[in-house]
Amino acid sequence: MNFTKNIAAKIALLPMIIISLTVFVGCIIYSFVYSLTGSKLIPALNYVGFSQYERLFKSRKWDVAVENIFIYGFVFTISCLVIGFLLAVLIDQKIRGESLFRTIFLYPYAMSFVVTGLVWKWVLNPTYGIEHSMHLWGFTWFELDWLVNRDLAIYAVCIAAVWQGAGFVMVLMLAGLRGIDEDIWKSLSIEGIPKWKSYIFVILPMIRPMVITSLVLIAAGVVKVYDLILALTSGGPGYSTTTPAMYVMENFFSRANLGQAFAASIIMFISVVCILAPWAYYEFYFRNKEAKV
Amino acid sequence: MISNNIEASGPKPKHLTIGRIGLYFFIITCALFFLMPLYVMIITSLKDMDEIRSGNLLYIPQKLSYYSWPKAWSEACTGFICEGLRPGLINSLKITIPSVIVSVTLGAINGYALAFWRFKGAYFFFGLCLFGAFIPYQVMVYPLLKIESAIGIYSSLPGIILVHTIFGMPILTLIFRNFYSSLPIDLFKAARIDGGNFLKIFFYVIIPMSAPITIVAVILQVTGIWNDFLLGLVFAGRDNQPMTVLLNNIVQVKFGVVEYNVDMAATILTSILPLAVYLLSGRWFVRGIAAGAIKG
Repeated sequence: MNFTKNIAAKIALLPMIIISLTVFVGCIIYSFVYSLTGSKLIPALNYVGFSQYERLFKSRKWDVAVENIFIYGFVFTISCLVIGFLLAVLIDQKIRGESLFRTIFLYPYAMSFVVTGLVWKWVLNPTYGIEHSMHLWGFTWFELDWLVNRDLAIYAVCIAAVWQGAGFVMVLMLAGLRGIDEDIWKSLSIEGIPKWKSYIFVILPMIRPMVITSLVLIAAGVVKVYDLILALTSGGPGYSTTTPAMYVMENFFSRANLGQAFAASIIMFISVVCILAPWAYYEFYFRNKEAKV
Repeated sequence: MISNNIEASGPKPKHLTIGRIGLYFFIITCALFFLMPLYVMIITSLKDMDEIRSGNLLYIPQKLSYYSWPKAWSEACTGFICEGLRPGLINSLKITIPSVIVSVTLGAINGYALAFWRFKGAYFFFGLCLFGAFIPYQVMVYPLLKIESAIGIYSSLPGIILVHTIFGMPILTLIFRNFYSSLPIDLFKAARIDGGNFLKIFFYVIIPMSAPITIVAVILQVTGIWNDFLLGLVFAGRDNQPMTVLLNNIVQVKFGVVEYNVDMAATILTSILPLAVYLLSGRWFVRGIAAGAIKG
């Protein structure tokens, strides 16, 4: 291989290559190596095998964090996809004021997670929030104490997250729906198939790539959730809404327990790979094969 | 490929049927749910504390009070420092503007080199770079902090700008590469025959055609960087804390009387810029989402 051939492009891509290798690959290796050490306040190379991982899996707090991320991931992903699709279908009905509705459904996505968290913290405030309003209206039985309820606080996080993310899914799904040929709709209506049936059994499979893309982007965001929870519940009440990301950050920056934080972050990384691998396989391998046939 | 056009085609139905009335009722209900937090945010910031305690969260203020706004802007306290959000605004601008410029430039160069000047192995690194978009920040934060300390830019403005450039790189490289790949290749070939080299073609042929994708990229980055919290918290240092970090510190203050109207005013102040970008850019914002999600 001639090294000087196309040299300008090689130089231009040097920053990308360096960053990819040092940050994206290097940091994972660094974290993994130090997750095998007993590092406390500063990174130290005192090898302790996999005992950080053992400790991690025995930790009650990590258990809660993992359980939370599963609840959050499941509820948030499914709700976002269902509501996003529903909104896209509604918008797709040639309604008046379409762009106004689109603007309304998407605006939360332009806001910061911190803002979303703080707003919902106020709306769901058990003393002055929606609950109070309902009581003033005479619905004294109404209860909405999710933020101070250990079992329900994580669902409050889900509401805020869906409020912010549903518009994003709507846009992607709408792009899919608008790509459907008019002729397909015509033939469906000639066949006399009800519209809702057409959407679920014909159109949804046709926009499968969009559904999968939304699913992957939403799911990849799930593992990262941090700011939103910090603003909304600060992980509380107690540590009932803590997540793996918070567990990592806490061990890095306030508990000076680096080894533990590295081990937890490596587990986070592995779980992201597990979400991505089937998709990447489908996208790059399976599809290429399909295209060749 | 799926179109990234989301505009409706064809005429709108003229007659209102029962079904369509139901449809409008439902979509308006959804819209009200989505608008409610924004509405609550605004009216709460215009009430005084007495009314907040005794009144209904959802009612418009009976007596307008504006004092929460200047207070959120320049007096609200984080710990013992009572300067409001104002320093955060300046810091956020100082972080966002250079970060956007540097990251978008890098993305454009990467995309250009990948689309037109492919060399052996380039796509391997491109794959690696895209993979970086999915790595949780928590895996990279600490080692990156160590790297920055070693170079001597940790906890400084260049430090946070570098971090935003790094984390913006995958998506920006992707959207620029996709855009450039969709340009007619003959154009590039003609420029090559005319003797253009890497830089000349970039400046005279490619950049003049890059306006649409650059707008998309800038919108994506401005909102993304402005809204960032975690990276600003870790990498910006005490003197450069962005608005989101200050906002969180102001609202989560553990002592003293909680003033919800000031909190809400501060929240609105923090989201004015991204909201304005969103409302003014309209279709471009949507294109940014589609560009990031759709592969060419």
